[in-house]
Amino acid sequence: MEFLTNKVFLIALTFAVFVMSQYIQRRTGLKLMNPILVSITALICFLLATGIDYSDYKEGGDYIDFWLKPAVVALGVSLYKQLETIRKQMLPLLFAEMAGCVAGIISVVVVAKFLGASQEVIMSLAPKAVTTPIAMEVSESIGGIPALTAAVVVCTGIFGGMAGFRIIKMGHVKSPIAGGLSMGTAAHAIGTSAAMECGDRYGTFSSLGLTLNGLLTALLSPVILSLLGYVP
Amino acid sequence: MNMILQCGVLFVFLAFGEFVVWLTGVTIPSSIIGMLSLTVALKIGVVKLCQVEKMANFLVHNLGFFFVPAGVGLISCLGLIASEWVPIVGAMVVSTAVILLVTGHVHQQVRRRMRFRHFNGHKHGSATSR
Repeated sequence: MEFLTNKVFLIALTFAVFVMSQYIQRRTGLKLMNPILVSITALICFLLATGIDYSDYKEGGDYIDFWLKPAVVALGVSLYKQLETIRKQMLPLLFAEMAGCVAGIISVVVVAKFLGASQEVIMSLAPKAVTTPIAMEVSESIGGIPALTAAVVVCTGIFGGMAGFRIIKMGHVKSPIAGGLSMGTAAHAIGTSAAMECGDRYGTFSSLGLTLNGLLTALLSPVILSLLGYVP
Repeated sequence: MNMILQCGVLFVFLAFGEFVVWLTGVTIPSSIIGMLSLTVALKIGVVKLCQVEKMANFLVHNLGFFFVPAGVGLISCLGLIASEWVPIVGAMVVSTAVILLVTGHVHQQVRRRMRFRHFNGHKHGSATSR
């Protein structure tokens, strides 16, 4: 049984579970069978059932997690391809992203506070709209719990990816550019992959939204939180 | 295209980001600095698109998979989540909807106004030139 804590085994298991989850979604066609959600649930159940310590899993998982950093650098390629569009739409993009970023941080803090969250949890939730490598670093710098942030980020992405378009439709956001942009702003990479399924235009602007909000959140959240009186 | 080169380019820019963070002590993540400097390098032609595109596409299109271990991290804060799941879920759902609607509407509004101004300015310009 000791072999179960072998990190290479745990990496292989993560791959296998993910491929299986992708297969399940393809077969069922259900949005709820999101491969990321299914994989996470399956792996947590596996760890709980076998009693493997999370720290053992993390030793293997870190090798996968590590690739998020170069993946964020890789977004520079999408950004480069969109430079022309960004230049043309500088003002609407900038206003929309600023508003989205500020409204997002303030709303999450206010609602969490209202529902009785502790300081640590509020700080962990604040950067939840952006991709994990950024969110975790922000969380750490403002006194949150990076592990909780990572988990909430993933849940936000899954929720945004599954319900995002319905919310946008209900809220009368009609332009595909605005819709794509808000998907990326609210639900980072996972929202972007949902947007890509709806068409190239949605996907392009969604990746723009995730990039710009990632940048703004990294730059602005310490400022906003200190203005709200949470961070000294 | 050479995949080692492609991968290498991404890591060179990530390392550059780390270097900037180390040098200046800024709180911006190194990966964001790497991303922006890669964009600049592509724009000024130091790096060519074909030297990174394939590897970059692979990583960007499979981003979801790389999130899995972070999500499994939920297991390490099950206690915290059990005691505070109401504010966590509530804040997440409300704020996600707020961001979606605020971003979308601000973009639509600003764009509409800009078009309107552009149209008026154009009309005005042509009238005076005549």
